[in-house]
Amino acid sequence: MDDGKRTQIYIMGKAYDVPVGITIMDAMEYAGYRFTRGAGCRSGFCGACGTVYRKEGEYRLEFALACQEMVEEGMHLTQLPFTPAPRASYALDELDPSENVLLQFYPEIARCVSCNTCTKACPQDIEVMDYIQAALRGDLERVTELSFDCIQCGLCAMRCPADIKHYHVAQMARRLHGVSASPEPEHLSVRMAELSDGTYDAELDELVAMDVDGLKARYAQRRIEPASEEGS
Amino acid sequence: MPTENLCARVEELSGENVFACYQCGMCSAGCPLTEEMDRLPSQVIRDLQLDDPELLESNAMWVCASCLACEVRCPKGVDLAKLMEALRQIVLRRALDNVSLDDMKREDIRSLPQIALVASLRKKTG
Amino acid sequence: MNGIPYFPGCSLKDSARGFESSALFVMETLGLPLVELERWNCCGTVYSLTEDDLMHHLASVRNLIRTREAGGDELVALCSMCYNTLARVAARVDADAEAREKINAFMDEEPDYEGGVQIVHLLHVLRDRIGPDAIAEATTRPLDGLSVATYYGCTLVRPKSVSVDDSENPTAMGDVLDATGATIVDFPFATECCGTYQVVDRPDLSLERSYRVLHSAARAGAHVVATACPLCQHNLEQARDRFAESDGIGALTVAYFTELLAAALGADPPPEGLGPMLEIHVTAEGGA
Repeated sequence: MDDGKRTQIYIMGKAYDVPVGITIMDAMEYAGYRFTRGAGCRSGFCGACGTVYRKEGEYRLEFALACQEMVEEGMHLTQLPFTPAPRASYALDELDPSENVLLQFYPEIARCVSCNTCTKACPQDIEVMDYIQAALRGDLERVTELSFDCIQCGLCAMRCPADIKHYHVAQMARRLHGVSASPEPEHLSVRMAELSDGTYDAELDELVAMDVDGLKARYAQRRIEPASEEGS
Repeated sequence: MPTENLCARVEELSGENVFACYQCGMCSAGCPLTEEMDRLPSQVIRDLQLDDPELLESNAMWVCASCLACEVRCPKGVDLAKLMEALRQIVLRRALDNVSLDDMKREDIRSLPQIALVASLRKKTG
Repeated sequence: MNGIPYFPGCSLKDSARGFESSALFVMETLGLPLVELERWNCCGTVYSLTEDDLMHHLASVRNLIRTREAGGDELVALCSMCYNTLARVAARVDADAEAREKINAFMDEEPDYEGGVQIVHLLHVLRDRIGPDAIAEATTRPLDGLSVATYYGCTLVRPKSVSVDDSENPTAMGDVLDATGATIVDFPFATECCGTYQVVDRPDLSLERSYRVLHSAARAGAHVVATACPLCQHNLEQARDRFAESDGIGALTVAYFTELLAAALGADPPPEGLGPMLEIHVTAEGGA
């Protein structure tokens, strides 16, 4: 609801008056920008809208997701929607998790100077330096734990003086850990077996053969899990 | 490569007095890697005193292993290791890495202790 | 805390696990357990030597802050390179208030470091606090008959300001191992560089340097070369394997000094790789 209140922000150096109480992304669109890059889920999950900004009168640069961060008076901002960070090529089942494969594929990890600039750049409050340090010593589990909320926005890699590609390192660690050390969820194994055995074949065939109206009717009648009591 | 005022810049970066050296040669005698160097450690400092612009082309500072045998034995207390570091930094701070991460082979990295990589990249990349 | 805060360093958690596990066993047995520092990070070896560089000291200063957070005023290091780097950074920021202030201002997410943490090498603790007599008493498998060449390398003894002992003729490792009954052999390459980080892009250099060290130790009649650094250990092992055919080098074992101590203090089974060597050379009967 637009209550008429406006605030002045600077998008790539140019001043705009935008409504109070909206996100940077909405403000940029209000100002007339059309996103062909740097926008995705608009829900803080995809990491496409990495944004660098500075508040009026402050010297520090700050980092956020455009779809999540609210505009403030005097904000100077720009987007960094893409980080040209090369991702190593590997086949998970060819890797030996007992070796420090992270260091083999990303030797630049050894250049980390523990400056913590990456952590300060992260819009997800991840302790990035800590997981890079864990990666340096081959602690896959800790990298997995600490990097869980990473959405690969790339802001850390852009700021790092050692040119480390933190999020690629973390993804490799999570994958390798998942394949080699995480316990396989039992319900997944059960369901995979059922699928192989053809338990669901008849139902799936029925759905595939249905027309659009039939699908809509079936969808409207689907069973929904009751919402849980404590915050869902 | 910027070679003007090399001696002054090295003195500033290292905090050492290059002209305290009286060419006794103890550093060269103690250095374990002189066979690989194109000029001896004592020649490096002499060339600094003479502001030799070709010094930055030398391989001495890259072969140097920062073992400090030179520093510990200098009778005038000149820290030659710091001079070597200054020479390296003058090159590295121009983003001219001496060791290439891109060319490193995985099999080579596999067996190395982390400190080897950490130290090598500290001394030979900017 | 019961015990002393200790800094492992990256390599001890990965490629040099034997160093850590043997040290933990030894210190536990001697009644002064090592307590791993919480949330430590890579020390950033090797010490940065330019006057204006403060960024490369951050890594070590963070560890000093962690030590303070753990309520400690000293930190024990095992890896010589970590010891050297931490000690020199600690000295630098203690001596230079301006550098310390700048570092604190930059690391604004951390509590300020006020200085004063002492960096100690495990050899200091073993020789000066625990002492050779206590080690001799705790020895249940004397190493009599075993000839040990104690190899210090560079970072444990240079510069003089951080050396564990005399830079040219250190005896700290020998004093500690001597208490187990082992024979310490004198050899001229005890403080000569193994080639260190040159192994990364100039492995020919480190092989050559390490060969010289091994050759010298073999000529002095050593059965085992004792090390205190994962990089020395790696370089010497590589040279031992590469030059196994020559000059008695193939018969040499290269081991961390803590592994020898662990064997002497009754580690059962003895640290990996030491079994055969102990069988062949140790003449004393085991048992207290």
